[in-house]
Amino acid sequence: MPFDVYLNVAVGGLLTGLVYGLMALGLSVIFGVVRVVNFAHGEVMTIAMYLAIVLFSALHLDPLIMLVPIAAVLFCFGYALQAGIINPFITRAEHMQFLLLVAIAIIIINVLLILFGPDAQSVQTSYSYDSFQIGKLIVDATKLYAAGAALAVALALYGFFQFTTIGTAIRACADNYTGALVVGLDVKHLYALTFGLGTACVGAAGVMLVLIVDVTPSLGPAYTLLAFVIVITGGLGSMPGALLGGVLIGLTEAMAGLIFTPSAKSMFAFAILVLVLLFRPQGIMGKKAA
Amino acid sequence: MKRKSPSKSQAKATSVSRRTFTAGLGAVGFTAGIAPFNIVRAQGAALKVGVLLPRSGFQAGIGQDCQRGVDIAAGLLKDMGMPNLQIMNGDTETSVDVARSRAEKLIGEGAQVLVGAFDSGQSSAIAQVAEQKGIPYVINIAAAPPITEQGYKFVFRNFPTAPMILGDAFANQKEIFATTGSAPKTAVFLHVNDTFGTAMKGGIGAVMPKFDMPYKIVETIAYDPAARDLSVEISKAKATGAEAMIVVSRLNDAILLTRELVKQRWSPMAILSMGPGWYEDQYIKTLGKLSDGPLSFVPWYDPNKPLSKTLEAALAKAHPGVSLNTNHVYTFEALLVAADAFKRAGSTDPKALADAIRATNITNNVSPGPGIMFNAKGQNDKLKLSAIQNRGGKLVTVAPKVAANAKVEWPLKPYDKRA
Repeated sequence: MPFDVYLNVAVGGLLTGLVYGLMALGLSVIFGVVRVVNFAHGEVMTIAMYLAIVLFSALHLDPLIMLVPIAAVLFCFGYALQAGIINPFITRAEHMQFLLLVAIAIIIINVLLILFGPDAQSVQTSYSYDSFQIGKLIVDATKLYAAGAALAVALALYGFFQFTTIGTAIRACADNYTGALVVGLDVKHLYALTFGLGTACVGAAGVMLVLIVDVTPSLGPAYTLLAFVIVITGGLGSMPGALLGGVLIGLTEAMAGLIFTPSAKSMFAFAILVLVLLFRPQGIMGKKAA
Repeated sequence: MKRKSPSKSQAKATSVSRRTFTAGLGAVGFTAGIAPFNIVRAQGAALKVGVLLPRSGFQAGIGQDCQRGVDIAAGLLKDMGMPNLQIMNGDTETSVDVARSRAEKLIGEGAQVLVGAFDSGQSSAIAQVAEQKGIPYVINIAAAPPITEQGYKFVFRNFPTAPMILGDAFANQKEIFATTGSAPKTAVFLHVNDTFGTAMKGGIGAVMPKFDMPYKIVETIAYDPAARDLSVEISKAKATGAEAMIVVSRLNDAILLTRELVKQRWSPMAILSMGPGWYEDQYIKTLGKLSDGPLSFVPWYDPNKPLSKTLEAALAKAHPGVSLNTNHVYTFEALLVAADAFKRAGSTDPKALADAIRATNITNNVSPGPGIMFNAKGQNDKLKLSAIQNRGGKLVTVAPKVAANAKVEWPLKPYDKRA
């Protein structure tokens, strides 16, 4: 097979992986601080995807332009969800948190099913079918824009956590919950803020993914699973790890599909997960538990 | 004259007391009263039909489309003098396991006949349950041959098997190649890796050599029907340099494949589909002008049959803007088979219904061929296929010649040359 085929597939996998990474970043941020595993992560993303579709079909607003407003809506949703429903469960047993979030996921799927029906829906922008050709390399325009936006959002999130007072306070909560309470931090508010940021992140990823994939209400669980694979591979709670995990899974799926068979794409992604769990259980960039 | 009253013992032994008389009268009246109602109830009772379809999950679009065939059936069957059907809906959620459990649930709730389930894997699971419980099952759409090769007594299929589809498809392709005077020399075969796709792959290997096709399949690419991205599949297919693309797909993946063809700037000479997806309404609506061109070799409907026109009109009334297709036709016909058998059996007894279905001989139908009749295996082996082409948002029949209403457009207009 000519080299340019490998190059094209690798670039496509890399770009898709960056968007996957952003999606998983939200999950990682929430777990890293709140220590709650969001089993409704993919379902929350589908809310953002449907918002993008509604805005596009009703007002012809380009999803990339609506990225920030939709992420803001998802932030409010995540904040309210954490403050109103999830917060009382933080100190409860993990299986109760699991059941709560799975219940939320099922509710989201069914509400979306009632509102939008089961048919796959998509956004057809003026650039939906565009691609850039550089020599023999053909780059999918939507994937390129989406990956660029994913990098920008990830950088903004990193900047927020590193260089703002609230970001520092959130990191303090993540490092030492009791210490944060002792120094007078409003942990409940900061947790809600973090959950909001995590959902905003996955919302932004959803807005970008709607340019690449068709959305159905039942899409969520597959992406929840994918996000788990990515964050466990990259390191649960690690922001760079989530991005790296996304790129690694995106690339692996693409290259495995090309070299072996497309049917085995997921198999190889899961094989990487198994290898990581065997030889580096904390994930590629995760910290070992003390 | 003083009347002599009977002794107490005599009265007990011979007379009918007022209470006994009243009770007896009541019993007679009750029996007499309900007897006619019983008859009326038996005559007017509806047959409980459990309709299993993938109403959610990644096949939901097609499942909902099949449901349209169910929606329009009641009125049409009534006009045809068929008895009432009480439809009991079941959602397989595009899952084999759920299909099995829903079939059991519907039977538990009183379903007397099962109909469905579009997908071969799900239909196989339902067939096992139906056979185990002794409830007749009429398959609307499912092509995997093993379903009617197991010696089942309660399973019937009014839909062609994979080898039947392929045999007619190759014959129609050769007719098109002869008409256009052009044929691809190489083809790449992409198929979903579910029960149907795998059965079709096996069928191609077995059936193709018998037809001496002008092209050679240079590579076979299997993919997940629930895939979210098919860019790798198209990259791989494009790299083979094949002139034509043969596909066995579903709906969502057909849309994804087309998008990737456009993005990766590859327009093969022809797209030859031997499954659903490429002719569906949603495919055409989603892709607009990019949906034009693919040829689908599918179980279709005979536009010249009177019932086809009636079905088309009923669909147009119930769902304006939706074109009649395989999903509506074969789902409606499955219900027609159930209603017709119930009418002839005059009973809801499962064995009587199964015997009646086995003896089906419906010539006033919609699908191409002599009509609906089942062989000893429960398979309608007289069905014929058509070749249809997407043209300006509509579907035209281009082969076989006897059923064609348009000439084929050949080769596929390159995607980058479309407005």
